[in-house]
Amino acid sequence: MNAAVERGGTMISIEFTLNGDTVSVEFDPRDRLLDTLRYTLGLTGTKEGCGEGECGACTVLIDGLPVDSCLVPTYQVRGRRVDTIESVDGGTLGAFLEGGATQCGACTPGVVMTARWILANPDLRRTHRLRELMAGNLCRCTGYDGIIDSIEEGLKESQS
Amino acid sequence: MNVLLPGDLRQALDMLSGDGSGAIPIAGGTDLLVHWPQHSEAHARTYLDLSALSELRPVTWTDDELILGGLTTFWDIVQDPRAAVEFPLLREAGRQVGAVQIQARGTWAGNVVNASPAADGVPVLMAYDATLVLESSQGSETAALSDFYVGYKEMKRRPDQLITQIRLPRREHTFQRFFKVGSRRAQAIAKVGLAVVNSKAGWRVVAGSMAPTVCRCPSIEALLESGALIEAPEDLLSAVRSDVSPIDDIRSSAHYREHVMARLLFSEVFKSGQLPR
Repeated sequence: MNAAVERGGTMISIEFTLNGDTVSVEFDPRDRLLDTLRYTLGLTGTKEGCGEGECGACTVLIDGLPVDSCLVPTYQVRGRRVDTIESVDGGTLGAFLEGGATQCGACTPGVVMTARWILANPDLRRTHRLRELMAGNLCRCTGYDGIIDSIEEGLKESQS
Repeated sequence: MNVLLPGDLRQALDMLSGDGSGAIPIAGGTDLLVHWPQHSEAHARTYLDLSALSELRPVTWTDDELILGGLTTFWDIVQDPRAAVEFPLLREAGRQVGAVQIQARGTWAGNVVNASPAADGVPVLMAYDATLVLESSQGSETAALSDFYVGYKEMKRRPDQLITQIRLPRREHTFQRFFKVGSRRAQAIAKVGLAVVNSKAGWRVVAGSMAPTVCRCPSIEALLESGALIEAPEDLLSAVRSDVSPIDDIRSSAHYREHVMARLLFSEVFKSGQLPR
């Protein structure tokens, strides 16, 4: 990768892999990944909650790991793989719907992205409890049991 | 806003000593981007993005050291089985930083240079006698972490230097505990942090959120070395007060912090029955 020096109000251009496709975007260097996803690329499934890395509503996966997109400057995803809620097939959310894991829905995209990471990496449970893995996704409606139970259910389904 | 995007360490160091002099290095961004849109004063600065410096990410083991790279994340260590065996406090502290979303981005070196007195990663690094390697285009220097901070958010890092390594001596640890007292288990900032390690090198007691910087506690260490008999938490208060100087702030009070630290030390360290005599 070549060094680039950006000055003043100059826009930056980068490429990255978004939900499996290569995309190029031009953005203000101040933009967070959350801003680029929502306002430049029009993917509004990712929500802004607290803007301080606490609530997890803006969770996306970068190179397979959950991160708060409100804390990631867009220039840091050049060459990376980003997956957002838009990559999730709604048909795979049965356990969530049946388990009452979603109510107002504001936290749900972030919750689903972290859950997807857990489902893709079942070995995580050797060292972590589900509640610890999900601790970065706050929900003010469901009381968490529905969310945790639904992920348990999803894990059972994926292993059977 | 200006952003410098070096492709490797050499370029990054050249930028810091040249055109990009004074630029703020950014690694995981988990401190710098909090409430970012509202911080217009931060938008006027120049940043040096470290994210492409992949050579700084890996962890290496030598015969006598564990070496964290300048970009090793909390999560890299939390899920490293070897580190969990030899340096269990790294995993314990790492998994108490925010939650997974923060651990996946935040780096140990970033935790060091952010220099928060409430840092979760710094007490355990200091208790394991970490040495920092600071590199610039002029060459490399080392600094003991316990000697690195000189005041609140002030440290012995020149603006042209980057932390490229955090080196931990491999020793047999006969006692090691980390305590974080916060309002809740996840997503909390420490009211009191405490790392206690014993090895052939002696006792190390390191406190967080108790002084303008994370710091060693020489009076408590001396009490542990001497094997002094401590009969109640209150017996530790004068040593606590000579080592640290907590304040009242939004998260806690100085009184609470002193007493919690004394009680933790009494019940979990002095009374633990694990003290070698």
